[in-house]
Amino acid sequence: MNNFTEENFSSDGVSLKKKLRRSLFKSKMRAFFLVLPLLAFLAIFFVIPIINLLSQSFLDFRYATLMPGSTQALKDWDGKSFPTEEIAKAMVIDLIQAKKNKTIGKVATRVNRELSGTRSLFTKTARAANKMEAPYMEALIKKDKKWENLKTWQAIKISSMAVTPSYLLAAVDRKYTAEGEIIQQDENRRIHVTLFLRTIEISVIVTLATLLLGYPVAFLMASLPLRTSNLLLILVLLPFWTSLLVRTTAWIAMLQSSGVVNDLLVFLGVTADDARFSLIYNKTGTLIAMTHILLPFMILPIYSVMKTISPSFVMAAKSMGATNWTAFWRVYFPMTIPGVGAGAILVFILAIGYYITPALVGGQDGQMISNIIDFHMRSSLNWNLAAALGLVLLIFILFFFWLYDRFVGIDNMKLG
Amino acid sequence: MKLKNILIGAFVGAGLATSVTAGSITVVSWGGAYTKSQVEAYHKPWMTKTGHQVVSEDYNGGLAEVKAQVDAGNVTWDLVDVEKSDAVKGCDEGLLETIDHGSLPKGADGSVATSDFIDGALTECAVANIVWSTIFAYDKSKMSNGPKTIKDFFDTSKFPGKRGLRKSPKANLEMALAADGVAAGDVYKVLGTAAGVDRAFKKLDTIKDSVVWWEAGAQPPQLLADGEVAMTTAYNGRIFNAFAGEGKPFEIVWDAQVFDMDLWVIPKGAPNKDLAMDFLKFSTATEQLAGQASWISYGPARKSSAPLVASYHNKPSLKMGPHMPTAPENFKTAIANDFEFWADNGDELTERFNSWLAK
Amino acid sequence: MKEKREGFVVFENVQKTYDGNELVVKNLNLEIFKGEFLTMLGPSGSGKTTCLMMLAGFESSTHGEIRLGSKPIGNIPPHKRGIGMVFQNYALFPHMSVGENLAFPLEVRKIGKSFREEKIKRVLEIVKMTDFINRRPAQLSGGQQQRIALARSLVFEPELVLMDEPLGALDKQLREHMQYEIKHIHEQLGVTVVYVTHDQSEALTMSDRVAVFNEGVVQQLDTPVNIYEKPLNSFVAQFIGENNKLVGTIIKESKGVVQAKLRNSKQIKGIRVNSGKEGTDALFSIRPERVFLDKKNSESIEAQVLELIYLGDHVRCRMKVADNEDFILKIPNSSQTTSLRVGQKTQVSWRVEDCRALDLAN
Repeated sequence: MNNFTEENFSSDGVSLKKKLRRSLFKSKMRAFFLVLPLLAFLAIFFVIPIINLLSQSFLDFRYATLMPGSTQALKDWDGKSFPTEEIAKAMVIDLIQAKKNKTIGKVATRVNRELSGTRSLFTKTARAANKMEAPYMEALIKKDKKWENLKTWQAIKISSMAVTPSYLLAAVDRKYTAEGEIIQQDENRRIHVTLFLRTIEISVIVTLATLLLGYPVAFLMASLPLRTSNLLLILVLLPFWTSLLVRTTAWIAMLQSSGVVNDLLVFLGVTADDARFSLIYNKTGTLIAMTHILLPFMILPIYSVMKTISPSFVMAAKSMGATNWTAFWRVYFPMTIPGVGAGAILVFILAIGYYITPALVGGQDGQMISNIIDFHMRSSLNWNLAAALGLVLLIFILFFFWLYDRFVGIDNMKLG
Repeated sequence: MKLKNILIGAFVGAGLATSVTAGSITVVSWGGAYTKSQVEAYHKPWMTKTGHQVVSEDYNGGLAEVKAQVDAGNVTWDLVDVEKSDAVKGCDEGLLETIDHGSLPKGADGSVATSDFIDGALTECAVANIVWSTIFAYDKSKMSNGPKTIKDFFDTSKFPGKRGLRKSPKANLEMALAADGVAAGDVYKVLGTAAGVDRAFKKLDTIKDSVVWWEAGAQPPQLLADGEVAMTTAYNGRIFNAFAGEGKPFEIVWDAQVFDMDLWVIPKGAPNKDLAMDFLKFSTATEQLAGQASWISYGPARKSSAPLVASYHNKPSLKMGPHMPTAPENFKTAIANDFEFWADNGDELTERFNSWLAK
Repeated sequence: MKEKREGFVVFENVQKTYDGNELVVKNLNLEIFKGEFLTMLGPSGSGKTTCLMMLAGFESSTHGEIRLGSKPIGNIPPHKRGIGMVFQNYALFPHMSVGENLAFPLEVRKIGKSFREEKIKRVLEIVKMTDFINRRPAQLSGGQQQRIALARSLVFEPELVLMDEPLGALDKQLREHMQYEIKHIHEQLGVTVVYVTHDQSEALTMSDRVAVFNEGVVQQLDTPVNIYEKPLNSFVAQFIGENNKLVGTIIKESKGVVQAKLRNSKQIKGIRVNSGKEGTDALFSIRPERVFLDKKNSESIEAQVLELIYLGDHVRCRMKVADNEDFILKIPNSSQTTSLRVGQKTQVSWRVEDCRALDLAN
């Protein structure tokens, strides 16, 4: 209709592009306002708390805020020579103040994480601090011999760092020394790397097991008439109707040494009465229970993808000369990959953060990293370390997402 | 997990049941038979006496919830039943209100509170109500000639079968040393040295492969009942409850029991602090502490309560005295849990314990 | 093609039931000759698709025998039958490119790469899709996908290609266009095609012969011309094309001509096809385009105009004839039509040969 070569104008002379931009902007704003409540909700209750918690993995202002004098004094200390009287004086002044403010417990807890036994050193010394007189170093040592120990002061120096690598290093069984070196944790205190590896191992095995068990079930459901497959679907969903705790406890009843499975095996003569299998309170138990509990998360996405695949694809493959296996492997299976990918990543991510089931049936070698995180959140109250472990776990998950995206493609995922 | 049950005082009509108005406090404890004993001995009489309500909540121990509430400035709990380690730790970290010991009621025999409570029962922020203990127990219907000492617990050749242990270094390290021949009084001295810790773990190594680990107090009686373990450590009240209440043939071995206390604490900024304090005073009076002991075999924290402890609430023939951790017969080789030691070394020993477990 | 000239595909007394009670295919006997384009036409549920699936090997017959090149194929699995197949939804593999889709049947036959590429190139030329070899099916339009599906069924040079309503998902214009293309490809390659459809115009356009299915039985198997011009029973007459129906009681029959009395006592004559004995009712069927708005032909009858619909090249005129108020005439658009008015009474006529006396069964 109009033949402007450079720019098209509407009847009122305004550039069409500008008009389009304006109308698009309006619809974008409307879309934005529609999701605004949810965005705000997510930001306030999800993103900010998570960032806040994760930041605790490398930020710890406790000592620096509560003991400002000694923090300042220790800044210039090299960590090798014996601390000066000046440092000792600042320490005593800080201790008196902390005792008065009732914050000495927090300080003691912080330093105790770097060096066991310093908690009582701080609380005890703080009680006597206001009676101390110069020379303060001697007074401190008189109160407790531990003040003479260079290690105590090194631990305090590390605690006084507001931005600290201690927790993240502890999460991978490393330690930060006052000299600024990173060394391995004492051998008999190393645990996190082992647990991370085990967590990944268990998650991978559970993912593979659910895939092997779930794929044929999904296939059966997708190929049965609707009424039968609905019945099967209800059976698959049945476990969701009972609480996770009940299902896990049911596995205890099944698998314990006097449980149903072992009774059956003894009855069948597979094993002797006094040589029953240890199926629970170990890794086997964790694997069995987790595979069962996570199975629906594998079946449902695969099923929902299979349902949409017309039988004519396989027929077409066969009509072209493909054997059953070729038709399945080259035609049907690739078409189910979006479901398999979705199921696998769902199960894997659920598994990697699993906690109740391993806690109940894991025994000693079936524990996962989330159990340790839970321990630090609830029992030891070392939220910084919990945050650091969580951060490492998050990095693992992001890494696996990246792997998945690389090899399968995240846009290839279909949840139903 | 938070089972909220609202208990209604005798004076309060059923119509008011849904509204928790002023004049009600939230008391948080460990649930099960233990909470029941407190409801019977403390809550009900207090509600009858004052007309206020008690909302009872359960939790699984630890300071996490208290810390979260105090840090967020939104405290909903008024009174919490905690272990001693948490009572001291929480106090040090400023999570708890301080308690004026002078305001606690005198004992029934007229003695002042500070001398009436047993050693260690009163701390800056907490008042103990019970003494409980970690013991080990077995099913005597399955073992006629059962274990007698802690050495037997660690002797799997003489007494074959699985062992139940709490998944924590606490009590386990003490018992391991006791089984290795360390006298009750010297346990923490030995454990304070690196060699002593190695010695304890070495002793635990001898049974590691036969151990079933438990975490919740309700698990050990279940493990015993299921025959999953031959013997297990447990909280004495849970085992007592299993045989007094359910008639289970369980036998407690008191050798090298590790005893500890449970204490009332008030979270900093509790909404009904004054009422909570009133409840605390009421519940830790001589008579109430003695009353609780007729529901569960945990020893009262007041000396003046001991003579009043009688028999199980619905079995007059079942005298409570012999089942208490503090009974002289049971107390001979008792180890007092050393809070200070665990406060200093808990993190490190737990790390080591977890790492030992994972191997 | 043997000495007794047995068909390339033979259905012999084939029966099929899914539930053990009802026969979906009742005693089918059908011969399809080499190079023939045979269409199975019928309403849905008439058994035509079942027959196709039995031939392809995805269903087994309950009774009877199917032979392909004079060999019984009942026990041969689908992938060994060497039959090409085109599906209504095309069934192109979405995770493979056009080239990979076409290579698939060749790969499973272990045909070498260079030979493979040559064949793919050739078949793409046939369907005029050479430039699309690297596209994914999702990047193609419906018509383009259809061509690829067709190419894929031909690329391994099967002697028999089955098509299951392949044009069903296309719009009308494209469908007509593809009909001619398929017809041309068939002529070009000389392959035997069995084509299933419920669309009569498709069947008439493309086929050498049409088998009209209803209720599991082949009603008529004949060339498109005969199917249209000489339906053998009232089902075929009504299913194919439009029809004017007059019901009358047979008075007498001689030399293949049936005479009957309509409800308004008017007498009518028609060629006997499968009408009954004297005294029974028969259905007289006359195609609309064989009825004229005059009395020049032998059979003439009074009619009243009820409705006139202008359709450009012709005017569709609905009339009342005897007791039929749905009697249709197609009047070519010429000066003649302008005089017609609704309500007007006039005479219509047709030749006796164009009026067929059929059964009244349906």
